[in-house]
This record gives sequence, structure tokens and C-alpha cells, in this order.
Amino acid sequence: MANDTAAEPKLGTYICTGCGLGDALDIEALEKIANGDPKSSTCKTNAFLCSDEGVKVIRDDIDGEGVNRVVIAACSGRVNQDVFAFGDDVVLDRVNLREQVAWCHTPNDEETDALAQDYLRMGLVKNSKSSIPESSVTQEVYDTLLVIGAGATGMQAAIEAAKAGHKVVLVEKEAELGGYLRTLHRQLPQRQPYAELSEPDLARKEGEVKAQPNIEVMTSSEVVKISGQPGLFTALVKRDGDEVAMQVGSVVLATGASSYDAAKLDHLGFGASPNVVSSDTFEAMAKSGKIVRPSDGRPATSVAFVLCAGSRDPDHLPYCSSSCCATSLKQAAYVREADPVNGRAFVFYRDMRTPGHQEYFYKAMQEDEGVFLTKGNVTEVKPVGANQVSVTAEETLLGGPITVEVDLVVLATGIVPSTLENDILALEYRQGAALPDLKYGFPDSHFICFPYETRRTGIFAAGTVRAPMDIANAYIDGGGAAMKAIQAIEYARTGIAALPRAMDPTYPDFGLDRCTACKRCTEECPFGTLNEDEKGFPQLNINRCRRCGICMGACPERVINFQNYSIDGTSSQIRAIDIPSEDSGKLRFLAFMCENDAYPAIDMAGVKRLQYDVQVRFVPVRCLGAINQVWIADSLSGGFDGVMLLGCKHGDNYQCHMIRGSELAVERLGKIQETLDRLGLEAERVQYIEFPISEYQRFPEIVKGFVKHINKIGPNPFKGF
Amino acid sequence: MATATSDALPILVIGGGIAGLTAANEAAEAGHRVIIVEKEAYLGGRAIRLGKYFPKLCPPYCGFEINLRRIKQNPDVTVHTLAEVTKISGGPGDYTVSMRQEPRYVNQRCTACGECVEVCPEDRGDDFNYGLTKTKAIYLPHDMAFPMKFAVDMAACQGSSCSKCVEKCQYDAIDLAQQAQDKELKVGAIIVATGWRPYDASRMDNLGFGTHPNIVNNVTFERMAAESGPTAGKILRPSDGKLPKRVVFVHCAGSRDENHLQFCSSICCMASLKEGLLLKEQYPDAEVTDFYIDIRTPGRYEDFFTTAKEAGIELIKGKVAKIEPSTDGQYLVVTAEDAVSGKKVHRVADIVVLATGMQPSLLGDPLAGSLEHDEDGFVMTPLSDAGIFPVGCARAPVDVTTSTRDATAAALHSIHQLVARS
Repeated sequence: MANDTAAEPKLGTYICTGCGLGDALDIEALEKIANGDPKSSTCKTNAFLCSDEGVKVIRDDIDGEGVNRVVIAACSGRVNQDVFAFGDDVVLDRVNLREQVAWCHTPNDEETDALAQDYLRMGLVKNSKSSIPESSVTQEVYDTLLVIGAGATGMQAAIEAAKAGHKVVLVEKEAELGGYLRTLHRQLPQRQPYAELSEPDLARKEGEVKAQPNIEVMTSSEVVKISGQPGLFTALVKRDGDEVAMQVGSVVLATGASSYDAAKLDHLGFGASPNVVSSDTFEAMAKSGKIVRPSDGRPATSVAFVLCAGSRDPDHLPYCSSSCCATSLKQAAYVREADPVNGRAFVFYRDMRTPGHQEYFYKAMQEDEGVFLTKGNVTEVKPVGANQVSVTAEETLLGGPITVEVDLVVLATGIVPSTLENDILALEYRQGAALPDLKYGFPDSHFICFPYETRRTGIFAAGTVRAPMDIANAYIDGGGAAMKAIQAIEYARTGIAALPRAMDPTYPDFGLDRCTACKRCTEECPFGTLNEDEKGFPQLNINRCRRCGICMGACPERVINFQNYSIDGTSSQIRAIDIPSEDSGKLRFLAFMCENDAYPAIDMAGVKRLQYDVQVRFVPVRCLGAINQVWIADSLSGGFDGVMLLGCKHGDNYQCHMIRGSELAVERLGKIQETLDRLGLEAERVQYIEFPISEYQRFPEIVKGFVKHINKIGPNPFKGF
Repeated sequence: MATATSDALPILVIGGGIAGLTAANEAAEAGHRVIIVEKEAYLGGRAIRLGKYFPKLCPPYCGFEINLRRIKQNPDVTVHTLAEVTKISGGPGDYTVSMRQEPRYVNQRCTACGECVEVCPEDRGDDFNYGLTKTKAIYLPHDMAFPMKFAVDMAACQGSSCSKCVEKCQYDAIDLAQQAQDKELKVGAIIVATGWRPYDASRMDNLGFGTHPNIVNNVTFERMAAESGPTAGKILRPSDGKLPKRVVFVHCAGSRDENHLQFCSSICCMASLKEGLLLKEQYPDAEVTDFYIDIRTPGRYEDFFTTAKEAGIELIKGKVAKIEPSTDGQYLVVTAEDAVSGKKVHRVADIVVLATGMQPSLLGDPLAGSLEHDEDGFVMTPLSDAGIFPVGCARAPVDVTTSTRDATAAALHSIHQLVARS
């Protein structure tokens, strides 16, 4: 999909001699290369290219001479982006002669010059193989957000999106809005001094939703199907037996959580006495104004709260449900409020978890003489007579086991995400109907820095469906998800990528005439971008795509390519590297590196002036998962002695922002190594090396180890063929 | 590209740490103009100085690389470093903000070639590494600094009487006569992302902070464990560089304390467990003991707590009474009361790490006069429609991922102000 209407390519190459480049490198030799093939229409050197004067040289050539392709051989492309910015009509490539050549290798050395010359040739070839992408936007996008679930999170998301001028459809399965908020008697204090409980937010939030003309509320409704892509989703919602189709731009999943089934907690006395209840039941009692013993309906003056009822328990919920500590303290306050004279609350906790400002509320409750708090493992809850229940706990702070007899025991049951048993979204996606979960059924993000980096572009989970949290955090999360959902529509409108390649306008093009429907791309895309037609051919949903190129890496027919990032483009770069003859004694290694982690790491090695083996040639890739096997095959048949894949961590704590990139690279590497074996080449010539961004000080050692290993094996026998 | 189309006033983000950067990027990528005002010479705040993030033990540089790339490529984001907001006037949709920008003494022509460093005769404590190392008076804030420009610490520089760097610089990038500048900004909404500082542990006499080099606070320990740090991540005993065999972590050093910070700083339990695990990764046989009040590892963080227990970290519920050097001065002795057994316990340590709490940076800052804040210095979230929104640790003690959610939501709140008035 090259831009056919574009002007005749006219290349300008600009070589900077500042920052020591001129002193360290043979600049004339570089100029000669720029005037070779592909030939620059102009090649200029400048002693200070990033200065206003230097940039003007380039700018003048663009404006006056019609230069529309620019190769800058100077510093890393990670600096001076704002300086070397020539607009969307110029194909720009940066050749890193500073951080990755002059700053980390011996000056005025034949091998250092060879490295610089290889990089310039690679940059020129890459530039000549790239084109300006045509816009991927083909139709008007839908501005409406679909918010599923109208609890605290969903209502907040809807209100916030509506206030920003977007239409919202708010779908709620119950007959009324509110979710968990509707069940509350009181809410935790939200402002200093954090001591007084407040009225529930329900009425206020409900009022805000209803006052918003931009919000269409659909109660007693459920989503039965979502198809399409960001900006262009079609959702089918079932209400009163009718299915309503609607067109929406993005989706917020805010269906919340349910309480863990107290019936599974017989070890904590549930079922043994009617006076053992869940915290939900107790909340309802308080709301109705009747804190009583279910056994005889008499007021429950003494109440024991057993925390972590199900939570933090490998046999039940291994995670902490986060809000139960504060909720139990709040409910202890109900006991005191109901009977300020005789009311007694006993709270048994494992660790009291009241982070941040909640500590003030905890402190206020500690100061209440009718509230008894102790750490302890509750070992037994059993009925005493018809109307009392005893609770025994060990490892308490009172020096040994204690037992209390109370009117009522409240089990602080944990929470279970609503997506655990029901996908809710009903996505018409080849990779499944649900938003993939992370652990324990929570469809959470794996990323600390980018918590809305979702695996289904344009669909954002928020609130307790995503992770256990309290109401205050649910509001924040609802607002954040609304922001991202609005952005997703904005990206679709302008045809650019979402994180991590934010604002990238390029996208893969599928040469379907040569596709064999092998389905590798449709299976391996970490973002579920591709559907399949009835014959199994991939159907691209461009707005779901995150532009990582994992499909390009997967394709055995090599029919998937980007406008500025392609199989041929990279193969050509590899071929542009000069391989010295075997008798020269010089080896050559190729290192594919993740552009987000390994590339900046190696730049930083340069900033620190760390010196390492000059025989390595780097090829940055958007993700290790984008490495097509043909590149590795080409490099070995072309005489490279070894190939490194420098990527980020995979496994449980994976760091790959493309989710599965480095994992897939390793998986595919296994297959390549089998092929090498068959060819009689040592499998260990190609190695995956985990190289996080922070470990740049270790880089010289890493290269040294690899080179040593290859030296032991000897040069590539295919050299020179 | 989604560049700003509206002629609405820009959004001001005060503070360029993880919360501020996130808020700026999210608002800018939704098509709004943003100005970031950052006090330090570089973006990244406290988080960029951490060794690893919990619970994945991944390096902060990884996410910052993406966030900084977003900033660098977005013409709608303007960054002022070494700058502080001193006063805010006006109201939602139309604020006038006074900003003071301290001189960097290095201008835009700096290429970061580093030749100046070679001729600089003066040293200064490297604040990026919390003083564990030194840099020259002219310095690059850190290896991945943005802006990738040097700066001069005038407190350490001899000034124009020396000028060796000025003579050496081929690019006329150094100007030792630069003056502070006062500017006025017109903005429509304000995100306060001023972050936090570690509570001054020397205010707790019994913990001995400042009396012995092997008693360190948690932020310093993060640099000791950071691969980008002075020892490339190898944790060593500060006094003599020996390998630590026994390390004690003191939780709630200042937090949840009547006499210090009354709130819980939220992150210290996870941070201490993480730091213990980093130590165990390097020295599996090292003895690690944590003294805590409650272990607060909410949600899925509970798995991390389990990992720490499985790694053999000893956990004692109890308050530390004192930390003193052993009689031969070789070690530290930590005395505490085990709250469950009621007995006094002692632990010998090569390093004691104090999990000092988070104090809002705003406390004592002139900007506090322009903002509604509580007694602790946290900026209050507006109750109704307003134009100033606190995020991250300016609002409450929170971890990195909560800060970024918070910042994302605040970006939208700011946009409401612009939308309402367009």
C-alpha cells in the first residue's frame, strides 16, 4: 500500500561530524557510501547538525531542492526527535553513529569504520525500502462509549465520558442502577478527619447519571454480542427479550464482583448457626435498621467480625480482597451506632489492611472503647445454645488463644470477579469471547506503568472486575478507563496506534493473494487483531492492531509487511552488511534487538562510554516476536558467524509490552535451531539473550560471552558461498 | 497525528514524575496541549530512581522509555525543567500561574557530548543516587536523562572564575551567567503531581539514621540495588563494600506513628518485601528479617507476600525499639519487641533499611498557599467542579500503578474544564 501518488524519491544524506564523530571516523568513506547505491541526490557533512544552522541545511534541501527522503548519520534516533522533525511527508531515518559506534569503539580503527559504514548502508537501504503510509482511516468512527455495568465504576465512567462530550450507553443487568453501592448502609469516610461514616453515594451518582443527556441508560439489559473494532464496534444488547443493535467506538467493562460464596466457609461456622452471616447480609441488616440475631430476632449487641473469610486462603481465594478490613471496621461502627451503651464489636484480623488515609479511620475505631481489635487466626466458630456463637482465635496479641461468645458472627467474605464464570463481552473474536484474564479470573493488565494497556484494544476493564478495590479507587478507575476509551476512539478517528506504539500511523498490509491460510498470524497475535473468514484467511481489524509486527514474524509466506518495516526491508539491511572473508580473521555477528529495551540500553552503554566487541551489527525490531525466520536463515547463509536475539523477560513476570513477543521468539528459535542442525550448522550460533533495559552496564560482558562461545565453534562454514 | 486542534488553553501539569508524565501523555494523546513544569533537571521523579518495581521486579527505565518517547514525539507537550510553580490565581478554565525557572547554565545547544566533564575541577553529591556517588559540578543527571542535556550545579561550581567548561565546549552551550526567569502561564486546568519525599528518618532518635553508614532509608537502598546505580545493582555494605549477610528491614519507619506520619504510606510493605527479595536473589543464603506492624499487600500483591515468605524472609510483628552498633562496631544490633510472643528480640545486621514513609512534597512549599490541602500536606480532591486536580502521591500515598490510573482519570477531569468552556 505504498503511496503511489508520492513524488519521485529524492534522498538527502546528512553526516554529522560533531560529538567526536569527525575525529573518530573516516567521514570521506561514509560520503562515498552515500553517493553509491542507493544514491543520495545530495550528501552533506556538518560539524553541528543539531544546531539551528545544521537543521536549516536539511530544511533548505527539503523546501528548495525537493528532498523527500532524509538519512541523518549522527546521534541516536532517541535524541533530538524534536530537532530533526520534518513532517509527515518526509521519510526519515536516523543512523546511530554516536552512541552505538564512536562512543563505544576504538577511534580511527578499521573495524570501527567498517561498523559505521555498515550502519550507513543499512540506513540508506532501509530508507529506500520505506514509504509514507496511506491513512488507514476508511470511514467515520462512532463516538459513543459502551459502559457495561452501572455500579460505582460504571456510573463514574459514564458520567465522566458524558461530561467530555461523548455519548454513552450504560448497560445494567439489574432493574436499577447502583450495583454494590445500592446495598450500602453507610460509606467509609472520604475526607479528613476520616473518622465519620458518610451517606452512600448512590443517590448522588444516580442523579448525575440521570441528569446527563449524553447518557442512555439501559437497565435489565445484557450484552449478547460485540463485533468489530475500536471506533467501529457493533454491540447487541438484549432488553426485555428484544435485541437492540448499537454502534459504539469503545467499551468499558465495569461489571464488578460478587461476594465469595459463604456456603463454602463451613470451617468458619457458616451453616452451623443462623447467627453466622456474611458481611453482605450484615450490611443489609444495618440498612434495614435491624441488627438482630436471625435465630430469634432479638437485637445483636455483641458481634464478632472474622476477617479474611475466604481471602488469603489457598483453599479459597489466594488473593486479598482489599476492602474487607475497612468494611468490617465500618460495620463495627454500625454495632456501636445501634447500641452506643452495650454494643460490642470484636474484630479478628490477620493483618489490618487500612492503607493510606484509611489508617485514620482505623485509629478512630481503635479509640472506641466498645470495639475490640486483635490479630488472630480464627480456629473455631461454633454455636453455643440456640442463640449464641463462640469464636476462638489463636496467635492473638493477648498472649494465647481467646474465645468470645457473641450474638452474631459476621464473615468478611472476599470478592470474586464477575468475569470468572461468564465472559460478559461475548466478543466475536477469533481468539475468544472474553477479555483475557491475568490471574484468578481478573481481566487485569499486567503492566505497572500502563495499567490500561489492554489485550483487547479499545476495551478497558475497570473497578472490582479488574482487581479488588474500594469505592474511592473504583471511581478513579472508572475515570481512567473512560479517558482511555475516549482516546481509543480518537486513535481510530485519526488512524494511529495505541500504546505502546502510541501515535504510530503505520500498519501491516496482508498480501492475501499469496496467503496459505496457515493461521499462524491469527493464532499468535497477542491482541486478537485478526479474525478469519470462512476459508481461514486472516481478516485484519486495523484499529485493534498494536503494530508490533508479531504477525510479520509468524508468517512463513512472508506476505505481511509494514510500509516502513518489512521482510524485504530488513533482509536488505542484513545483506547491506559487509562480511569480511574468512581469512581476514574478522567475525560478524548480528543482533536483533527490542527497540524499547535493548536499543535504549545499548545507547546508555554508549553514553557511559562502555567499550564492547566491534564485530556486532544491531538490527532494531519493534518486538522480538516480529523476527521472521527468514532473516536468521539469510544471515547465516550470508556468512554471519552468530546471531543474538536481545529481548525482554518472558514467563510469569514477562516484561514484553507486546505480551508474547519474546516468548514467541524463543519458541520459534527452537524450530530454527532444528533446521540449523539439519544443515550441519551448530544450533548455538543463534541465541536468545534476556537483556532488560537496566542491565546496560553488563552489555560488554554479554557480548564477550557470546563471541567467546562462537570463537570456540569457529567461523561460519558458509562464509563466502 | 492527533495534534491539538482546539484553541483552548493548555493543561498545566506540575511535576514530571510518573504521575505527571502519565497525565500529560494521556491528555496530549487525546488532542490537548499540555505544559509540564518539573523542579529537577530531568523528568522521572522518584519512580525513575527505583531499583525495580513490585511485584514484577521490572526496571522503571522500561516504562519511562515509552513515556519519554511519547513526550519527545508529541509537539503538543512543552516541558520546563528546573522550574517551579509559585502561585496560582484565577479559576477553572482560566488560571494564571507564576513559574520560576532556575538557570541550567547550559542551553539548548548542548549535545551531551560530555567533554565539559573532563575539565571540570569540582565535585558534587549525586542527588540521583541520593549522594551515594559524586558527579562533577557540570553533570548529566543520569544515563537516560530527558532532556539529554547537561546541567551545572552552581552550589558546587566555581563560576566564571574557572570557566574551563565554557572554553572546552565547542557548541557555545554553557552560559554561567544565566539568570533565573519568572514567567506567567495561562492555563485552563491544573494537575498537581508534585509527589513525595522520604520522611526525614533522623527525626526518629531510636533508629539511628545518620549515625551509621549502614543504616539507610529505603530510597537509598533502591539505588544500591539499581542496575543503573553506582554498583550496577550489586548490593554492598555501605561502610566497607563487603557482601551483606544479614539485613533487617524496619517497616513503618515514621508511618502510622502518632509523633510522625499518622497515615499509612501504603507502599512500604511491598517495597520492603521487594528489597528483601532483591537481596535474596543476589545472596540466597543471606538472612533477611522484616519487622512490621501489619503486612499490607492488598489484592494480587498477596502473591508477592507468599513469594517473600517462601524465599525465607523472616517476618516479625513488632516495633523496633533501637538500632545500635555492636560493641566491636562491625555490625548493627536491632532490638524489637515481638508483639505476638511479647518477648524482646535481637537481630544482628550488616545493613538496616528503614522503610521511611512518604511525605507530600507540597508540605512547606510556597505553592501550598495556592492549594487546598490537609494537615499532612496532601492536596484535597475537589468536591465539586473545579480546575485543580491532585494525582499520585500529591493526593495520597499510593504506588506507581495507582498513580498512573489516578493520572489518567485526572487527565479527563482537566479535559472537562476545557470542553465545558469551548
